[in-house]
Amino acid sequence: MSGGLPVEVLPMGGHAVLVEVADLAAVLVLEAALRPRVLTGEGVWARVTDVVPAARTVLLTTDGSDPADPAALGEAVRGVAASLDGSAPPPSEGEVVTVPVRYDGEDLDEVADRTGLSVAEVVAAHTGTGWRVAFGGFAPGFAYLVGGDPRLRVPRRSSPRASVPAGSVGLAGEFSGVYPRSSPGGWQLLGRTDVVLWDERRDPPALLRPGSVVRFVDAGGSG
Amino acid sequence: MSPALEVVRTGPLALLEDAGRPGWASVGVGRSGAADRSAYRLACRLVGHDDHPAVLEVLLGGLVVRARGALTVALAGAPAPARVDGRAVAHRGVVHLPDGAELSLGTPASGLRTYLAVRGGLAVEPVLGSRSTDTLSGVGPPPVAPGDVLPVGPAPRAFPVVDAAPPSAPEAGPAVLDLLPGPRAAWVGGTDVLTGPGWTVGADSDRVGVRLAPVDGPAVERAEAFRDAELPSEGMVRGAVQLPPGGEPVVVLADHPVTGGYPVVAVLTEGSADRAAQLRPGERVRLRAARP
Repeated sequence: MSGGLPVEVLPMGGHAVLVEVADLAAVLVLEAALRPRVLTGEGVWARVTDVVPAARTVLLTTDGSDPADPAALGEAVRGVAASLDGSAPPPSEGEVVTVPVRYDGEDLDEVADRTGLSVAEVVAAHTGTGWRVAFGGFAPGFAYLVGGDPRLRVPRRSSPRASVPAGSVGLAGEFSGVYPRSSPGGWQLLGRTDVVLWDERRDPPALLRPGSVVRFVDAGGSG
Repeated sequence: MSPALEVVRTGPLALLEDAGRPGWASVGVGRSGAADRSAYRLACRLVGHDDHPAVLEVLLGGLVVRARGALTVALAGAPAPARVDGRAVAHRGVVHLPDGAELSLGTPASGLRTYLAVRGGLAVEPVLGSRSTDTLSGVGPPPVAPGDVLPVGPAPRAFPVVDAAPPSAPEAGPAVLDLLPGPRAAWVGGTDVLTGPGWTVGADSDRVGVRLAPVDGPAVERAEAFRDAELPSEGMVRGAVQLPPGGEPVVVLADHPVTGGYPVVAVLTEGSADRAAQLRPGERVRLRAARP
């Protein structure tokens, strides 16, 4: 039995708290424990409007109706964290989303070079494991995906592209991700998907949300 | 004819805004909404709304609108001189527009953003539960343009209870913004480094953020222990005071990114975040610790 998940509750003004933890694995554990409380909870949990996980932190924002909420929220989060197992693996539950990819990206050869794998082995590694949505934040519908094959860790491109097409599937550091819309970007591009990541007329608008699991599959057409 | 507001002319920028769209930050969409929330709420209350109708947020005046059907409107925020068919009308007061009347806004003598609320609200199609334009994510309606006809929704049950709100007291000297502790205050050795010097509002300020440059003296330096520290991106709130590597703090406003990679060393109070949304480029600012 562990002594709970270590957290540090940091101040973030009058309507929020920033909870810092040791690493991304702890973020996943904490966020998965907080999310249901915010969705269905009472008291201070009911006044939380946003839960924003990031690489080492989880931000909780309240509706601002009670100035005592940040203090109460800090206490409540410490209580939840004390009940968690800090050494447990991140929860793997979550809806599974299949993303077909044409592996014909501009950086496929460079990724193969950097990883010492063949192109076919890069594709096999990328499709071989599930990826978990850790957090978003870069653009509507963008998700930082983690938990993939560790051989695929490659740095960002030294000079970012001015425009990366929508649907581009890329790698950067420990993350994989799909560009929801055309934007500048520095990730190493493996291919493209036709899956729509973000559609504000859809419910829910974001295909990938914290906790979702992504399975990339080879759609062929990579020549 | 159903009531509507016809846009005849705009100044530099006129946006539809309401109380914003909380709840979408985890998928990359911030709250957005009126940049000066207290001015927005005042304009709404003056026309009898205690809910969150969409209004026009008018940057530096220049707006001309025409009433289709009789409308009740109110202005708050930056005191843009207002005329109805050439006759001056009160700021922070209830104004009745007969069918066909033209309301025009001049340039405010101070502040940036004037709120025009219409009884019934501007009933454009909401996006993710809000009619706010988020200039960063692109979610929400486009900026309003001449020729737009904005439908007006059903009036609330409540009637306007006052004819006018008292004018706000004019400020002498620099604007004063109150700081609450931020998560990374230790990165600058505490917020004293912010409350000492005076600041000038940068020219490149918008709904995403306001840059502050020191009036005289050096930019803010990081504390020794954090000189080369790296901070992974983390969630932010409106009013967060970020410190980029150049040492000139940025106060983030309504359309801030949901996460940021610069340390947040302090956070403005709600009232001061509203005040920051009215700061003009070149205006002097003083920062001080909020009274507990």
